[in-house]
Amino acid sequence: MRIVVCLKVVPRPEEVKVDLETKMLDRAGARSVINASDLNALEAALAYRDAHGGTVTVLSMGPPQFEPYLRVALAVGADDAILLSDRAFGGADTLATSYTLAAGIRKIGHVDLVICGEESSDGGTSQVPPSIAEWLEASQATYVERLVPGKHGTVHATRVLEDGKETVELSVPAVVSVVVGSNEPRFLDYDRWAFAQSAKVLVWNEKELSGDPQYLGLQGSPTAVAGLREVKKAGRRHETLTVTPDEAAARIKTEIERTRLARS
Amino acid sequence: MAATDEGGLWVYAERRSDGSSFTPVSLEILGKARELARQLSVELTAVTVGADGHAAADLRKYGPDHVLELAHPLLARHDGKAYATAIAAEVHKAHPSTLLLGATRNGQDLAGRLAVRLRTGLTAHVTSLELEGKDQLVGWVPGFGGGIEAGITCPVKRPQMVTVRPGVFPLPAEGPPVGDVTTVTPHLSEKDVGSHRVSFEPKGTSIDLTRADVIVVGGRGTGGNFARIEELARALGGEVGATRVATDAGWVDRDRMIGQTGVITRPKLVLVLGVSGAVQFTVGIEGAGTVVAVNRDPQAPIFDHADLGIVGDLGPVVESLLRALGED
Repeated sequence: MRIVVCLKVVPRPEEVKVDLETKMLDRAGARSVINASDLNALEAALAYRDAHGGTVTVLSMGPPQFEPYLRVALAVGADDAILLSDRAFGGADTLATSYTLAAGIRKIGHVDLVICGEESSDGGTSQVPPSIAEWLEASQATYVERLVPGKHGTVHATRVLEDGKETVELSVPAVVSVVVGSNEPRFLDYDRWAFAQSAKVLVWNEKELSGDPQYLGLQGSPTAVAGLREVKKAGRRHETLTVTPDEAAARIKTEIERTRLARS
Repeated sequence: MAATDEGGLWVYAERRSDGSSFTPVSLEILGKARELARQLSVELTAVTVGADGHAAADLRKYGPDHVLELAHPLLARHDGKAYATAIAAEVHKAHPSTLLLGATRNGQDLAGRLAVRLRTGLTAHVTSLELEGKDQLVGWVPGFGGGIEAGITCPVKRPQMVTVRPGVFPLPAEGPPVGDVTTVTPHLSEKDVGSHRVSFEPKGTSIDLTRADVIVVGGRGTGGNFARIEELARALGGEVGATRVATDAGWVDRDRMIGQTGVITRPKLVLVLGVSGAVQFTVGIEGAGTVVAVNRDPQAPIFDHADLGIVGDLGPVVESLLRALGED
């Protein structure tokens, strides 16, 4: 089975600065990490390959500086790595991002299973995995915690929903998204470190991807950020006290009774 | 309903897994959409998908102009591919200007796929909606590192698609049934369905914090001692909530996580215990009636979000409070 894992390199959220004057996000000063649930996606892929055979390719989109993160994935156990990198891909929303990733997957060819994380910590939309599925005309299962082979080349995926766990049989090719924390990502394999450093990370630009330019980058993104603003805080009383535990308890109890009265 | 619904506002009314009733967020959005449709002077259509039409008429109680029911045996359970196929066909016929969906797991599974099928823009996880210009929605999404929300629009493509977080709009009151119901049988075949259910394991105790009146939230400062938090919640007839730190540590189930990656709540009262108050958490309690916070650090940002703040060690305050409540 040929498996592709989509990895996103994201800025550490606490290090992103916002300039309210220019309404711009400054990610330049923030250090980057591999998105948390994407590490679970990678682990799910490696575990599936190790148990049932196949190959794992990691795929990302971003500037050339992201290459070292793909080498980390190689050192962890991925077989090869591809970075989609071109200025033409920049400024992409979920529609353009999913299109570009899908074009990369199509170029890889004969992919059976695409595994993504459930959502990214910076965009946080969770829309890219089902969007990739549509571009590829593949089946899909989102919020998956477990993947096992089914009968006749299908894949069984267990989805974590609000009201229970649903196991579905997926025809392949399929795109799945994996819930954060659903497995324990393995550590770097130091025996693979030399391989990861010397391995070739393929970099594909717009020309090599041969996608339709109307769906790429900013041009292919129908949504726009109209503005940034400070989150409106609810009007609160802000009564802050440093008192003994018993006094504190009495004050809290009064507050509880006050809400009870307001309710009835 | 009219063959074309140019400019119309559509709401996806998602059925629960058992197919019988609708997810609360679907009704919350219907309530908000009723208000928006009036402001825009457009018609409101509730769209629902399933194996049969028996539940669709229930939607008439929430004030739509039309209910559009897509019924087909292959739509008995949610499949993102099949549902997107069925809805896209109707969108292509009627040309609504806006399509709102609940940001539930299946809602998002559908929205991401449908937006690509329709080649349109999708704004995900909004916590508020505003109108701009003739028919443009601005969906506000919190995040981006701290205290900031971004307003996202879809200026050109239609329909503009938006998913709305559960719990951000109030559940509308039921009224007398209005609007007409149209049932359509989509053209579908087995190849339109990508997945089939093998089994379903319902959650024993399903918890929906968006409906709770009283929530007692524990964070890092509890040190994992949630037994006392649970006791307090029980004494107040409320529910236990938690921060990301507490759920990541495995102290509490993840469906009790409040905030940006958890649940947006609107309780009448929330006690926030041992929580520093990062914005990723506080967006989940902005809609609360009264906020009481206890934290050892007087500089903790949580006090900026509290009506009553107690600076002090959590353990002794909780013990005293349990005692005081026990005296009734």
